[in-house]
Amino acid sequence: MKKIVAALALGALMAVAGGSADAKDWKKIRIATEGAYAPWNATDPSGKLIGFEIDLAQDLCKRMGAECEVVAQDWDGIIPALQQGKYDAIMAAMSITAERKKVIEFSNAYGTEPSMFGIPKTSPLAAAKFGAERVDLTKDTPENKAAVAKLGDVLKGKTVGVQTSTIQANFMEKLLPSVAVRTYDKLDNAGIDMAAGRVDAIFGDRSAVSAVLEADAAKGMALFGPAFSRGVLGDGVGVGLRKADKDLKDKFNKAIADATKDGTVTKLSTKHFGYDIAIK
Amino acid sequence: MDWELMWDSLPRLLGALPLTLTLVFASLLFGAGVAFATALLRLSGNRVAETLTAGYVFVFRGTPLLVQIFLIYYGLGQFESVRDSVLWPMLREPMWCAILALTLNTGAYTSEILRGAILSVPVGQVEAARACGMSRVLAFRRIVLPMAIRQMLPAYGNEMILMVKASSLASTITMLEITGVSRKIISQTYAVFEIFILAGAIYLLLNFLAARLIKHTEWRLTPYLRTRA
Repeated sequence: MKKIVAALALGALMAVAGGSADAKDWKKIRIATEGAYAPWNATDPSGKLIGFEIDLAQDLCKRMGAECEVVAQDWDGIIPALQQGKYDAIMAAMSITAERKKVIEFSNAYGTEPSMFGIPKTSPLAAAKFGAERVDLTKDTPENKAAVAKLGDVLKGKTVGVQTSTIQANFMEKLLPSVAVRTYDKLDNAGIDMAAGRVDAIFGDRSAVSAVLEADAAKGMALFGPAFSRGVLGDGVGVGLRKADKDLKDKFNKAIADATKDGTVTKLSTKHFGYDIAIK
Repeated sequence: MDWELMWDSLPRLLGALPLTLTLVFASLLFGAGVAFATALLRLSGNRVAETLTAGYVFVFRGTPLLVQIFLIYYGLGQFESVRDSVLWPMLREPMWCAILALTLNTGAYTSEILRGAILSVPVGQVEAARACGMSRVLAFRRIVLPMAIRQMLPAYGNEMILMVKASSLASTITMLEITGVSRKIISQTYAVFEIFILAGAIYLLLNFLAARLIKHTEWRLTPYLRTRA
């Protein structure tokens, strides 16, 4: 009897784990997003998912001739749940990085945005001057190096709030290991803690940081320092997919290329961000 | 299963053990004080004290610990008056917020355990002590309390085990205790299964030790129940 129960339990586990192993025609695609990273993806007061990626997902699915369901999933479990087959794709402002590529597949990027710090306006940090306004981390110019070094200097003894398992958390760990970092499940919570004075700065995608700063506008926050991109910060935002689903990747790549070409991405981007994040 | 990853992650997880233990011990210690005071006040016969403490127990037993942690950590920090107060240097730290929430939570539960245990002491015992000439305080200290503590041990052991597990919620306010570190490792390796199994095993071991400790204390405090050799 015990053996039967164990076998049943194991079978159930495997059914869950291998739910998507069989070939699919991709008429129905489940897409996960976080729903807490405005304007990429967010949740409105009624609990409905909204944002750039939700609109873009519907457009891409129309192009792929598929019916799509967008579901919300907490950020820190978003890759494991993809691997377990709880959904087929991730569209959650996820940057394409070497680390993530080891475990999942990415479509081509559909958007790109630099990372920026946010600080309270009254912070002594605000006075710091950087030689560069944009820092491309793949380029080893003296200005870029000086900007990163300067950042390390001014942040010495400060605490920076980031969201867990993000490119920005990785940036802090790799490039500024001596600066204290607190990791939050959501960037919103890092913003709350900055308003309370528990962290001195927050670090995230420019739009996400801006959204947090706007939410706390009354408290006087501002963007700070240069805009960082590429290198450890990845190469734009793409659709996260399982390694096995090469056919789905091809479909997404074609749809993204078409949507970029006919200006749909730009249109949706302007609607949600106020500027263009499309990859040209 | 990636055994190598589990083996490599073990030192990092064990490195978080002191923080987990600090959270558990500090909150159990402070919680015991809160519980003792609360139980006495609830039995004090003073209407105001009874209502206040009953209200505290009602609120902290009736709301989820996670909500309490969020209210204390994110909630209190939003008020300028709190940020300007003398308490802010403590409330600023996630550590103290976690200990405060855990303390108030376990204090409410333990006070009920203690109150029940005190009430379970037979009236005859108190009467006998009084008849021997003990004052009420002395009778409480020498007769009622020792019997009550012995009585409450099994239930309190439960509470200790619950606290070990509840300490994992501190990870939601940036504390890198065992669960926090697990989540951090998972965010880098995406190996949910391996890391959480390991974390679960550490909690299991902690609670095994806690259960043994309670069992041993119970045995020590009940010599009259043992068959004499």
